[in-house]
Amino acid sequence: MLDDFLMRAALAGVGTAMAAGLLGCFVVWRRMAYFGDATAHAAVLGVALALLFGTSITLGVGMVALAMALLIHGLSGQRTSVDTMLGVLAHGALALGLVAVTLIPGQRIDLDAYLFGDVLSVTRMDLAVIWGGGAIVVAILWWQWQAMLTATLSPDLAYAADLNPRRAQLILTLLLAAVVAVAIKVVGALLITAMLIIPAASARSYATTPERMALLSMAIGALSAVAGLRLAVLLDVPVGPAIICVAVAVFAVSALGRTLRQLA
Amino acid sequence: MSLIDARNIDFGHGGQTVLHGVSLSLEPREIVTIVGPNGSGKSTLLRVLIGALKPRRGTIIRAAGLRIGYVPQKLHIDPTLPITVRRFLNLPKAVDRAAAEEALEKAGVAGLTERQMASLSGGQFQRVLLARAILGKPDVLMLDEATQGLDQPGSAAFYRQIDAVRRDLGCAVLMVSHELHVVMSASDRVICLNGHICCEGTPEVVSATPAYRELFGTGTGGALALYRHEHDHDHDHTHHHHEAAE
Ligand SMILES: Nc1ncnc2c1ncn2[C@@H]1O[C@H](COP(=O)(O)OP(=O)(O)O)[C@@H](O)[C@H]1O
Ligand SMILES: [Mg+2]
Repeated sequence: MLDDFLMRAALAGVGTAMAAGLLGCFVVWRRMAYFGDATAHAAVLGVALALLFGTSITLGVGMVALAMALLIHGLSGQRTSVDTMLGVLAHGALALGLVAVTLIPGQRIDLDAYLFGDVLSVTRMDLAVIWGGGAIVVAILWWQWQAMLTATLSPDLAYAADLNPRRAQLILTLLLAAVVAVAIKVVGALLITAMLIIPAASARSYATTPERMALLSMAIGALSAVAGLRLAVLLDVPVGPAIICVAVAVFAVSALGRTLRQLA
Repeated sequence: MSLIDARNIDFGHGGQTVLHGVSLSLEPREIVTIVGPNGSGKSTLLRVLIGALKPRRGTIIRAAGLRIGYVPQKLHIDPTLPITVRRFLNLPKAVDRAAAEEALEKAGVAGLTERQMASLSGGQFQRVLLARAILGKPDVLMLDEATQGLDQPGSAAFYRQIDAVRRDLGCAVLMVSHELHVVMSASDRVICLNGHICCEGTPEVVSATPAYRELFGTGTGGALALYRHEHDHDHDHTHHHHEAAE
């Protein structure tokens, strides 16, 4: 079954979409979209460094995404607004990465693969990384769910209950880096944030509890991945953007449905 | 032994000093009310006591394993986060259905379980926060302007509920108010805060001190007793009004 590259691509897409769909709920609830962007854009720099030092791409991307995520986590502890700083870091890392990748001697790299993903070329090893990483993300969120949710609703309620909201923030930061490392092969650095927030936003109007929103978001992500892959094969277009197009279509339908329900 | 013992707390934002040399200790089963004008640092003090803000100076000692039930002045739930009352009561620890319903009833909002938190009125929201706080079986209940937005009979009813909860759980109550006329009649102590502690003592003693009169004006000097009067002698009438208002 894994011999078929389309099957591998579908599995890679579904695995990534489910981890991103779950983590994405927190990104939406906590308004961390820009944070996600900065971490994802740093991934391109990670690709350059991995090529330079001859390590695995996943490792390079993971390390740089982690460094960026920790840097932002540190900055967000300050009382001043970090919005501008995030913008500088996000685009600085992207630009630096783009320049560095082309400067690496002796290699001709398909940059598009890292910017927009290259899910049709995933190997069994990539699949293991995606599903292993995704499973870790889901397991940690499951285990820390109540504390995370309390800290997300109100840091003060968390403090009063002897929970540490900074710890919750740090865990989310680390998981974000993990999802970036896992997702770069599937949707690419530029569209990872879309994979995080669009399924979650679509799930919002049909959920009454955080758990239902999370499950629905994972389902919408998985559906978008499979449908996007089919669409890409059918029209001969890149898979990552096709997945996001399907997710956006689902979002539009859900927003329309919500408006109609409100009118009724 | 005190539940919480805070000594010489200083706190500020940037160059601005909000709390200066504040000391406060809370004994088991005690009811303490903090009064002070807007911006006098009441909410800040509660947040320092729960550990959400780190004081610049001073020490806070809490009894080992102290459980705090905190009802914040306001709680903004992001509109992207769907949550029912029932689910909210499960935070941070899951509780069973019977316990959740009992807590809602004690807080005076029975039957709201399936409603979205975002759809509640201000008064209902405050009471759900209270229900959540009592579910943790707290040793201290901390209420930050919990009667905000309630009319006087509504506040009276709310304080009766707090008193009942306190007797039921045997917890101490630390509450904050900027409305002087609704200081709870059962307060053991009133602390008058304006960045520092101006005066403290029983409600009668505090309302008679010059520092209190200077802070709130002589015009309201007698207001502290007004609520006591109404609560003690006009109970049926007050109750009638409360029901008519609903
Ligand atoms: N996050 C903040 N940043 C800067 N100043 C603040 C912040 N929160 C409160 N303050 C200031 O601290 C002072 C005390 O506020 P607060 O404790 O909310 O007063 P109260 O609850 O008594 O009305 C006010 O002057 C307020 O402007
Ligand atoms: Mg306040």
